Amino acid sequence: MTWWAILAAGLGCYLLKLAGLSVPARVLARPVVARIADLVPVALLAALVAVQVLAAPSGRALALDARAAALGVAVLLLLARAPFLVVVFGSAASAALLRLL
Amino acid sequence: MVDVDRRTVVRDSLGVAIATGTYGLSFGAVGVASGLDVAQTCVLSLLMFTGASQFALAGVLGAGGSAVSGALTALLLGTRNTLYGLRMAPLLGYRGWQRAVAAHVLIDESTAMAVNRASRSLARTGFWTTGGTIFVLWNLTTLVGAVAGEQLGDPRDLGLDAAVGAAFLALLWPRLASPVARLTAVLAALVAASAVTVTPAGVPVLVAAGVAVLVGALRR
Repeated sequence: MTWWAILAAGLGCYLLKLAGLSVPARVLARPVVARIADLVPVALLAALVAVQVLAAPSGRALALDARAAALGVAVLLLLARAPFLVVVFGSAASAALLRLL
Repeated sequence: MVDVDRRTVVRDSLGVAIATGTYGLSFGAVGVASGLDVAQTCVLSLLMFTGASQFALAGVLGAGGSAVSGALTALLLGTRNTLYGLRMAPLLGYRGWQRAVAAHVLIDESTAMAVNRASRSLARTGFWTTGGTIFVLWNLTTLVGAVAGEQLGDPRDLGLDAAVGAAFLALLWPRLASPVARLTAVLAALVAASAVTVTPAGVPVLVAAGVAVLVGALRR
C-alpha cells in the first residue's frame, strides 16, 4: 500500500508539473483561482506543523510535549535567519535533550 | 557582457542549489523516521522530486494516516508547481521531450532562479543549473540521510519526530510575508488541530486545505 501511494503520488506530482508547462495560461487567469492556489500550500504546511507537533502519538488526541518545545526552538532559529538544516536538526537536538532530562 | 551575465546566473544558481540540495539529508532522515524504508525514501526523491510533497507524504504516513490521505496531501502541495509551470512555459519555450524533462525539475528554486532574467537563454541557464544540481544533490543526500537515520536507532531518542514539524515550519516561513497568508496559516493550524480529535489521521490536513479555499474566495 505504501509503495502504491509513493508511485501514484510521484507520478501525479510529475503530471502536475507537466500540466503547468503544457496548458494555456488563461486557465488560471481568474484572480479567485490564483488567490486560492497561492494559499493552498500555506494552509497545508501550517496544518502539517500543527498535526505533527500536537497530535498524540497514540491517535485521536492532542498532546503538549517535547515536540512543542522543539518547535519553539525552530521559531527562534528561523527568526535568527538560520539555514534550513540548522533549523531542522537544531530542533531535533532540543527535543532529544529535553527527553534526556 | 553576455558572458558576465551568464556567469552571474550560474554562480547564483549554484549557491541556491547547493544550499537546497543538502536539505535532502533531513528528508532522508525524516523518511525512515516516519517508517518508510531506505528504498521507499529514495524512490520518493527520484520520482516525486518536490520537497514539501515528499515531507508531507512521509509525515502523514508516519502519523498513522492512510496511503490515500498521504498521497492526496502530497498532490495538493504539488499543485503549486503547476502555477510555476504556467509562468515558466513562455520563458523556457520548450516542446516535446525537452518539455517532458524540464517538467521533472520544475520546482520552487529552479523557477525562482529563472524568472525575471533578461533573455530566454539566461532563463534556461538559471533553470537547468539550479534544477539539475538540486536533482543530483537531493538524491545523493536523501540516500545518505536515510542510511544514517536507519543506523542511528530509535528516531524518537534523536528528536527526529520533532524535526518533521520544524521542517514544515521552515518550508512555510518564507510564505508568511502577507497578513492574508498569516491569517490562513493560523486558521488552518487551528482547524487541523481541532480535527485531530474527531477524524482519522491524515484527514485533518486535508480539511485544513478548505481554509485556503474559503479565505481566497471571500477576500477581495
